[in-house]
Amino acid sequence: MKLLIKGGRVIDPANGVDSVKDVLVNGGSIELVDDNISSEADEVIDAAGKWVVPGLIDLHVHLREPGYERKETIKTGSMAAAAGGFTTICAMPNTNPVTDNEIVVEYIKLKAEREAAVNVLPIGAITKGQNGEELADIGRMAAVGACALSEDGKSVENAALMKTALKYAGMFALPVFDHCEDKLLAGKGQINAGDRAALLGLKGISCDSEEVIVSRDMILAQSVGAPIHLCHISTAGSVELIRQAKERGVKVTAEATPHHFTLSEEDITEYDANFKMNPPLRSKKDVEAIKQALKDNIIEVIATDHAPHHIDEKNCEFENAANGIIGLETALPLAITELVEGGWLTEYELVEKMSANPARILGRSDIGNLSVGSRADITVIDPDREYCIDKEKMYSKGKNTPFHGRRVKGIAACTIVGGRVAAEYGRLR
Amino acid sequence: MFARKDLLGLRDLSEDEIMTILETAKIMKEKIDNPSLRSDELKKSSIVTMFYENSTRTRMSFMLAGDYLGAMVKDLGVATSSVNKGESLIDTGKTLDQMGINVMIIRHRMTGAADVLARNVNASVINAGDGSNEHPTQALLDLFTIMDYKKHFDGLNVTILGDISHSRVARSNAFGLTKLGANVTLAGPSTLISGSMRSLGVDVTSDIKGAIANADVIMGLRIQFERQKNMPFPGLREYSSLFGINAETLKSAKKDVLIMHPGPVNRGVELATEVVDGKNSVINIQVKNGVAVRMAILKLLTDANR
Ligand SMILES: [Zn+2]
Repeated sequence: MKLLIKGGRVIDPANGVDSVKDVLVNGGSIELVDDNISSEADEVIDAAGKWVVPGLIDLHVHLREPGYERKETIKTGSMAAAAGGFTTICAMPNTNPVTDNEIVVEYIKLKAEREAAVNVLPIGAITKGQNGEELADIGRMAAVGACALSEDGKSVENAALMKTALKYAGMFALPVFDHCEDKLLAGKGQINAGDRAALLGLKGISCDSEEVIVSRDMILAQSVGAPIHLCHISTAGSVELIRQAKERGVKVTAEATPHHFTLSEEDITEYDANFKMNPPLRSKKDVEAIKQALKDNIIEVIATDHAPHHIDEKNCEFENAANGIIGLETALPLAITELVEGGWLTEYELVEKMSANPARILGRSDIGNLSVGSRADITVIDPDREYCIDKEKMYSKGKNTPFHGRRVKGIAACTIVGGRVAAEYGRLR
Repeated sequence: MFARKDLLGLRDLSEDEIMTILETAKIMKEKIDNPSLRSDELKKSSIVTMFYENSTRTRMSFMLAGDYLGAMVKDLGVATSSVNKGESLIDTGKTLDQMGINVMIIRHRMTGAADVLARNVNASVINAGDGSNEHPTQALLDLFTIMDYKKHFDGLNVTILGDISHSRVARSNAFGLTKLGANVTLAGPSTLISGSMRSLGVDVTSDIKGAIANADVIMGLRIQFERQKNMPFPGLREYSSLFGINAETLKSAKKDVLIMHPGPVNRGVELATEVVDGKNSVINIQVKNGVAVRMAILKLLTDANR
């Protein structure tokens, strides 16, 4: 099966390419990228006026399976990914049972092989049961294909154990994705500690609850000489800490979510739990700092923190409501609208933060680029299509999004996974 | 005019709406003192109290308010109801809706609970206190009491003292009083106040002396902390000596200062006994006014939703 993508603007940051070219796919891999390919093909995709980029990679997705299939499954979550332009997604380990041993990793891989619309890479927990007490079976999980380690949802409270984990993970070249939150400082907070919390009478989550752990874990990573990747950075203070750490040579990378660069606490409408997430929506000053950090490449990855929930878990008392929103089907249009249209990033930089950079953090050279011989994971983006986000049309089981009805620009016109067209314009093929 | 389905807080009430409630409460107050004036104007109304957090005095106040107007008032008995079997608040509300309840009065430990209930039921919802958000009927009875004694709000200095950061009473009063033109000062130890409350248009300070000196009204809030990790102050003994109001500290206040408290009072902690029982105290009057204000709210909401 040969696929020819004609006349698109090929943006391939890993190879320093940004020009109009054709891309020829043969079977599951890229055969040729050149100015004018006249080879025969089974299917020709007209990409004139569109961007042809490496398949998007999301380092931060909650697929909920096994254990919480009423929220999402590997099947539905991966369909949402394909519809949103992602070809590889990393699945967070806060499943039930927790993904803390090779059996669960194997289960996720098996289910994904059978049912998933895109590549699914399981992330293993740092500690057994995410209890923060003893290390999970890190080496055994690495051996069966865990792509990273994370305690997402919380931090490893015990600094000594976190330090051990960073050191141990380094032996298997497993990146550590760090959710930074001091539980005691965050307390019973519900939204950012600020004017909006004062107005709504909700308890606040202070910025220091994030920054204390950002600071601690960068120091630990430096101390053991290991890399560390910081999840969903939300405050101006964290950005400054990361900037300083990079200057002194810490191997730190960081991600920001579309909601943290699109919305601020001021957007929170009364007790609507679709605005409840962890870390919370911060002040406008923090949002500006996140966008500036993306521009300055202090934050080099855009990740969704796709967190689907059942409607009953959101349509309830705000304090009882679950944290998080879905993101796979809204990330690309929000990033184009807010960051490219907004003048913060070039098209090239945006593509880099959604493909080449996450691939580099995963240590993968076969994805996140359009090199000859790489996996034929390709996303064709129509940057001009304008429309309103409609949660009812989404593939995710979760409909928990604050973006329903929002006007955006840009869409994945075609998502190609392993040489096959998986989705077009938000619809699965 | 009063044309709302629910009473959830003072944040969204207009000055006119607040005054309508206070004026109506004036009429209602006579019915408490004079049983022959009690009526059955709410005879066709069914009211349920849903207290997910215990407060005998607020619940009694609401139940009596309903009784004095001839309504049918029931208590959900949260401790014994299916709520304890894990029924959601929304489901409980919808069930009560089907049973023909006209007014639901809810007290809940979570901020926004009354709001969630109101959005999901046809009945009128009255917020009897939600988390650290609002306690509108308490604030309205406080406003009613202040109006009774001071006749106006404009330029009045009201100091609210105590555990401000978790107080729905302080918040509702702050919303109401600032709308009516009073100057509000929230005072307490630095760990019990929050600077971000300035965005509500109030002063926030730890200077207790200064907060007392010019006050026309001093409202004490209940201090109650179980011994716990992260105590926000060293103990009740230190609190009362530094932040409590006693006869001595009151000397620097205006002669006609009103001493108020939502009750129940911790005698000797936030207010000394001589202050609770002193000539400036209107704490007992507040209790009666509470019934009057709740009668007014039941009447106005019922009339608006007939
Ligand atoms: Zn997280």
